[in-house]
Amino acid sequence: MRAKIYISILCLCAALCVRATEVVDTTATELREVVVTATRPPVEVIPVQRLGGEELRRLNSQSVADALRYFSGVQVKDYGGVGGIKTVNIRSMGTHHTGVVYDGVELGNAQNGQIDLGQFSLDNVEAISLYNGQKSEILQPARDFGSAGTIYIRTRTPRFAPGETYHVRGTVRTGSFDLINPSALVELRLGRRVNASLSAEWVNSSGKYKFRYRRVNPAGEVAYDTTATRQNGDINALRTELNFNGDIDGGEWHFKVYHYDSERGIPGAIVNNVWRRGERVWDNNSFAQGSFTKNIGRFTTLANVKYSFYRTHYVNNDDKQIKIDNLYRQREFYISTANEYQIMPQWRVSASYDFQWNALDADMYNFARPDRFSHMLSAATSLNLKRFKAQASAMGTFIHDKLRGQQSPADKHVFTPAIYLSGNPLRNRDFSVRAFVKRSFRMPTFNDLYYADMGNSKLNPERVTQYNLGLLYEHSGKGFISAARVSADGYINLVKDKIVAYPKGQQFRWTMLNLGVVDIKGVDISALITVNPADRLFVTLRGQYTFQRAIDVTNPADNYYRDQIPYIPRHSGSAVLNATWRLWNFNCSYIYVGERYNQQENIRYNYTQPWYTTDLSLSRDFTFKRVKLRALLEVNNVFAQDYDVIINYPMPKRNYRLTLTVEI
Amino acid sequence: MKFIRYILYFLPLLPASTSCREDELVVPTEYDIVPETPDPGTAIRGFYLVNEGNMGSNKCTLDYFDYFTGLYARNFYAERNPNVIKELGDVGNDIGIYGSKLWVVVNCSHKVEVMDARTGVRIGQVDLPNCRYVRFHRGKAYVSSYVGPVLIDPDAPKGAVYEVDTTSLAVTRKVSVGYQPEEMEIIDDYMYVANSGGYRVPQYDNTVSVVQMIDFKQIEQIPVGINLHRVKKDRQGKLWVSSRGNYEDVPSKLFVLDKKKGYNRMTVTDTLDIACSNMAIHGDKLYYYATEWNNFTGSNTISYGIIDTVTKERVSDCFITDGTESDIKIPYGIAVHPETGDIFVTDAKNYVSSGALHCYSPDGRKKWSVRTGDIPAHICFLPR
Repeated sequence: MRAKIYISILCLCAALCVRATEVVDTTATELREVVVTATRPPVEVIPVQRLGGEELRRLNSQSVADALRYFSGVQVKDYGGVGGIKTVNIRSMGTHHTGVVYDGVELGNAQNGQIDLGQFSLDNVEAISLYNGQKSEILQPARDFGSAGTIYIRTRTPRFAPGETYHVRGTVRTGSFDLINPSALVELRLGRRVNASLSAEWVNSSGKYKFRYRRVNPAGEVAYDTTATRQNGDINALRTELNFNGDIDGGEWHFKVYHYDSERGIPGAIVNNVWRRGERVWDNNSFAQGSFTKNIGRFTTLANVKYSFYRTHYVNNDDKQIKIDNLYRQREFYISTANEYQIMPQWRVSASYDFQWNALDADMYNFARPDRFSHMLSAATSLNLKRFKAQASAMGTFIHDKLRGQQSPADKHVFTPAIYLSGNPLRNRDFSVRAFVKRSFRMPTFNDLYYADMGNSKLNPERVTQYNLGLLYEHSGKGFISAARVSADGYINLVKDKIVAYPKGQQFRWTMLNLGVVDIKGVDISALITVNPADRLFVTLRGQYTFQRAIDVTNPADNYYRDQIPYIPRHSGSAVLNATWRLWNFNCSYIYVGERYNQQENIRYNYTQPWYTTDLSLSRDFTFKRVKLRALLEVNNVFAQDYDVIINYPMPKRNYRLTLTVEI
Repeated sequence: MKFIRYILYFLPLLPASTSCREDELVVPTEYDIVPETPDPGTAIRGFYLVNEGNMGSNKCTLDYFDYFTGLYARNFYAERNPNVIKELGDVGNDIGIYGSKLWVVVNCSHKVEVMDARTGVRIGQVDLPNCRYVRFHRGKAYVSSYVGPVLIDPDAPKGAVYEVDTTSLAVTRKVSVGYQPEEMEIIDDYMYVANSGGYRVPQYDNTVSVVQMIDFKQIEQIPVGINLHRVKKDRQGKLWVSSRGNYEDVPSKLFVLDKKKGYNRMTVTDTLDIACSNMAIHGDKLYYYATEWNNFTGSNTISYGIIDTVTKERVSDCFITDGTESDIKIPYGIAVHPETGDIFVTDAKNYVSSGALHCYSPDGRKKWSVRTGDIPAHICFLPR
């Protein structure tokens, strides 16, 4: 039966391919594809996936992590519920190799290297883009050249029509899990070239949901069937964000202050005899960042600066376990200058330098209290000929860690080059071929290096080499098919010196070692088509399929040698059907994640079943003079599938959400 | 319009595809044949092995080997007890047989599972918070627990030993001991409990608690060494107590406790500078192994030795004599067959994959190996 779904996804893709090439435009209608960034080149040299605007709003997603499930090559680790941690892994290389850039500046977590994308609500997000490798523009901070894959989150920037001086938007969401989620956005035109926006959002949820575990014996009789309520998954979070944006001659500037304050319960694993745990975490994350770009003739400069302070308070007050009450404080200062020079209209060069300081402080016994000083230097060039584009970059990273009361480990330096090529081999501009080779790395996190008893300060950076070859067909026009896009990429990634936990003696004592080698071969296919079969009816279909063979090739003596690494499905995919008719919009999205293993060995004891959910949403727009209103009803996991993304972390059954938005 | 047809074809596939997920089966037992022929007059039928399973994985499993069938049964509990919700539990920590009952301490499921020793069929469970080890004495089971019933200081609760009636499975008495107690041993109506203080790093506990069994009261705490773990009694009535050290400047050590002539009090008589992670006593031989992490080489130093319990001298540096000790990545459990003297050593490998059980003849040659569950650790022999 499992084969059926692969076939259905493949059929969809095939159908799209066939139709996309056959149909020729005839009648004139408006273009439906939402183009987000104005500076976007017609064909990007680097594979990109993007979700933005209305399409993003209709995807039944609460957080950025939910929306990323619709990208190919991406695996989201989801511990369940509104407050559950959600992290993203691109092309099986590991969460730490994914960079997350929020309005132009990368988000960092030097402590554990993981960004919880569940914390980033979609309320104020205008577009999410995923680049395998790096961005196509060479004018970017040096740090952006470093990640193996990068997610760019772009928040909404005010755009005023002539005569407008303000926008106000208010949203209320409510639904399952006792969710109360109001948010507000105010955009003000402060001057001819300056505007400001203030966005605030409050999320409160009990995080309670029913989940079910059911087992049958080989005879088909029910062995056990139990339904319980997820406990201690509550969240109370407040996000506020203040932005100032300005225009100057040949450039622009942005300034942002962000604050996130939350209290969450950590629901924990459901194991025999344990249905509730006592772990809680308080996050207090703030940052301020500014950016400035200016163009003077052939020269363009981009400057970024950021200061962030993350305070995490973790408490375990389970009577049966060790009491923990730890406070972690992380500080980061970042400054970057990126400069681009246009030698010829087709040929540009750039150079960037970034400096970053990270510090971690924890009230733990024997904690090293590290300071990290990173210098990043990059040089890049791009060539943009008529039918051929190329980009080459090289980045050097120099890292010095300083410890209090201990000897500092040796300085580390890494050199990571990348080459990207793209061309239109046919006369037809719609079709292009692209390829890249990139080296990248991830630094061991503070936890890997210095965590009491477990850290190993001798760790080296974990390295990845990526090879990618892809095809893209992109067509937008007027007529029956108003937009079509099909892309396919094949890739080989090799992860070396992978940082893995290694046991040292009795009682779950671990240390970290550069031990693993992972060989990844994969294919990402995505397709999108928008058709206009009748007057004012637009139907968009988006499909995505990923095949990944990610095997552990560390040591032939291991009994998991050449086995698929944990939680990476061989097959996964998604399909989205969106139909807009007059003021109505209907969205049906389907996500499939194939069978996986929850540990390194591919044996039946570690087997995890596939899961697939179907989400539906229906919305209607209303307009009263200047006031725009939208009501949206979402039904998620329509077939109430009982599944675990991570073993022993049950996911919610069918759940609902109602959203009302007022915009002036 | 043709395109819409494609969409219509596709739509019914969405709900239809939900059949791909199959019913989740109770994990079946797997069998391996082990080349072992029992002595016809043996009093040992087989042995049980508890695989701890990594924390949060709920993969504590029970394996059983039967000398008469020669079959090694992996993951025995779930198939025998399919109706138990979420199987045996999270992180097994000890096993024991008393009379007709098999007791398995499941640490992170906060319970002791009681089964029929012959069939492995569940009889009941005793809910005890953070329970660690089980010992038996005169119709009662004694279970050490990291957290005591009375929280005098809520930030550093003292541990306890619970007394459980082996017939009714009811908790009958409890006694507060030192911090985070581990193994116990009972000699002459006194119970000796090794306290670790593992939740109080770096202020480890360093005492052995002495509990008088008649009134179940702690009468004394004998200072021994920091972070105590194992306690084993030998044939002469001495106690062998292991200290884990602090994993840094204080190394693991082995202590001997004995009573002075004419006194009824145990005192530390010998301190052996031998690292010891785990031990098993057979006759007058104490088999031990030690895993010590070396920060300079970035690897584990593993040793396997024998100590003569009478002379208290190390008589062998390695009880594995055929060089096959290099097959063991992380020794995690040790047991000696009470009749044949065969030595069993388990290998936990990387904690998150199947381990192995190795059997060595008394002269240290490998007889056989078998794959186990995750983190094989504790073995107990089933009488015939």
